[in-house]
Amino acid sequence: MSESAIDRVAEATPVQISRRVRGLGDRTIAWIFVAPTIFLLLAINIFPLIWTIRLSFTNYAANRPGREVEWVGLRNYERILTDADTWANMQTTAHFLVWTLFFQVLIGFTLAWLINRKFRGNDLVTTLIVLPMMLSPAVVGNFWTFLYQPQIGLINYLVEFVTGIPASSFSMLGPGGWARWAIVIVDTWMWTPFVMLICLAGLRSIPDYIYEAAEIDRASKWRQFWTITIPMVLPFLMLAVLFRGIENFKMFDLVVLLTGGGPGDETLLASIDLKREAFEKWRTGFSSAYAIILFVTVFGLASIYVKALNKVKER
Amino acid sequence: MSSYSITEPSSAQKWIAGLLVGAYTLVTLIPLAWIIATGFKTPADAIAYPPKVIFSPTVEGYVNVFTTRTRIPADQMDSLPPPANFAEEIVRDQGMMITGPSRYGARFLNSVIIGFGSTFLSIFLGTLAAYAFSRFRVPLKDDLMFFILSTRMMPPIAVAIPIFLMFRQLGLSDTHLGMILLYTGVNISLAVWLLKGFIDEIPREYEEAALIDGYTRFQAFYKVVLPQAATGIASTAIFCLIFAWNEYAFAVLLTSGTAQTAPPFIPTIIGVGGQDWPAVAAGATLFLIPVMVFTVLLRKHLLRGITFGAVRK
Repeated sequence: MSESAIDRVAEATPVQISRRVRGLGDRTIAWIFVAPTIFLLLAINIFPLIWTIRLSFTNYAANRPGREVEWVGLRNYERILTDADTWANMQTTAHFLVWTLFFQVLIGFTLAWLINRKFRGNDLVTTLIVLPMMLSPAVVGNFWTFLYQPQIGLINYLVEFVTGIPASSFSMLGPGGWARWAIVIVDTWMWTPFVMLICLAGLRSIPDYIYEAAEIDRASKWRQFWTITIPMVLPFLMLAVLFRGIENFKMFDLVVLLTGGGPGDETLLASIDLKREAFEKWRTGFSSAYAIILFVTVFGLASIYVKALNKVKER
Repeated sequence: MSSYSITEPSSAQKWIAGLLVGAYTLVTLIPLAWIIATGFKTPADAIAYPPKVIFSPTVEGYVNVFTTRTRIPADQMDSLPPPANFAEEIVRDQGMMITGPSRYGARFLNSVIIGFGSTFLSIFLGTLAAYAFSRFRVPLKDDLMFFILSTRMMPPIAVAIPIFLMFRQLGLSDTHLGMILLYTGVNISLAVWLLKGFIDEIPREYEEAALIDGYTRFQAFYKVVLPQAATGIASTAIFCLIFAWNEYAFAVLLTSGTAQTAPPFIPTIIGVGGQDWPAVAAGATLFLIPVMVFTVLLRKHLLRGITFGAVRK
């Protein structure tokens, strides 16, 4: 919208003004200004991507640069897609993704809705709530292993204090099936504020007169919530889910420091498995194919999602 | 909103909402408070059960995170010269002596160099490109948003493989320059997009007036547009800095010695029998403080930064 307005102004700018400009022409300046950025994007983003695609058709191993590289065609892709472990890791990733999104949307929206009651001090509280998401995920992940320790950790103590279940009887990061929930808890702790902030922006964008009109029409609060609040916040909420979804699909730092994929392979997210293949087993060609598959998956899902998001926005 | 509005929440509603959100805030800040508190505990207090909320504070963790120490047999302790400073005194009380500085200081300094270096470069290049995108016709402008998003869709490990190979070829492995270039490459799309939003908000009339007054396009850019965009540039810079400061995956895969930043280093701080938690917490606290300060400074532009400019209010 604003784009076209600016363009119209640009067209309306008298030619004499642009002729008056001394020194370099606009076109030259535009190129000089944009070129370094384009170059850097090509070098750091595009070129590596093309290289990864190329490597994915080979059996190259980065720790053995002397070995002859063989062209293996689609065999890497075939091996990954037919491997049961890959699908197990995808399921682990899906479990993490679905539950973190569920809790973050639920808690994040509720918080935003409450903060929008505009009680005194809501600005201060918002800033405090936001703090966890700005911290370094590596440091956070590492410190939570301390909080999760079965004998001495704060979390187990609090659980015993509240529920009476003995603290030493369970281990959040050890065997017993809790680990996949432990990573959901930490991610939810860290990133709920993100969803909350975006929902809050959505709630604050709803003009008062809509609610006033609904009041005059004697619509119940419940009805107002479902027919005004939810539909108007939905595009914002979907945007938050998009960002969190992309981030958590490729989640690495937080979880690798919390569990390293363990115990066993219980929390082995696809991106952690990818790291093992690439930098521990040094199967560079194989892991390149793996990386491309993951990238295409996110890219495909995100594209479909963005289309849906645009439809919701247009309504 | 005016106070007589029928949509204004009642004061009972405000109280309940305030209490609920307040309770959440308290709970969510416990882990953070625990990090800070643990930094001031002795190792024994840190692993005491039930966890100690009240303890006598010590700076042992802070001394430990900055030093390497060795245990001294009790009979040799007396033959040592008297402790030169408070740090030495704390360490002697544990039956040890300081043998030198730890690597924490150097890692922290690397974080500062790489963080500020890449932020400066991102902002310098990003402002130029953003101005061009905002003021001139550039093909594919509308696809930029999705491109930015798509560069963030690659799992870091996927990009790390070719970058690892590329850096090895170019001799950039484990160097400050390599990490600065890498973080700039990751940050620049975000920087361009955010800055374009800020520059779009500056009326074109200002520059046009300057052009009529005889400024060149370039003079108009740095004498008129840059000062107007200062707030936007500052908040974009903070976002770039926070990203580079917190980044872990590239740092742990591509650096090991000279250019290693603090995030991969902090989890490796170990003491007797596992991690030295007070030292880890002390190192973490020092590392997290700048980000917390920036978050408070940034709060007005926070939303815009985390959503890549998609939500502006």
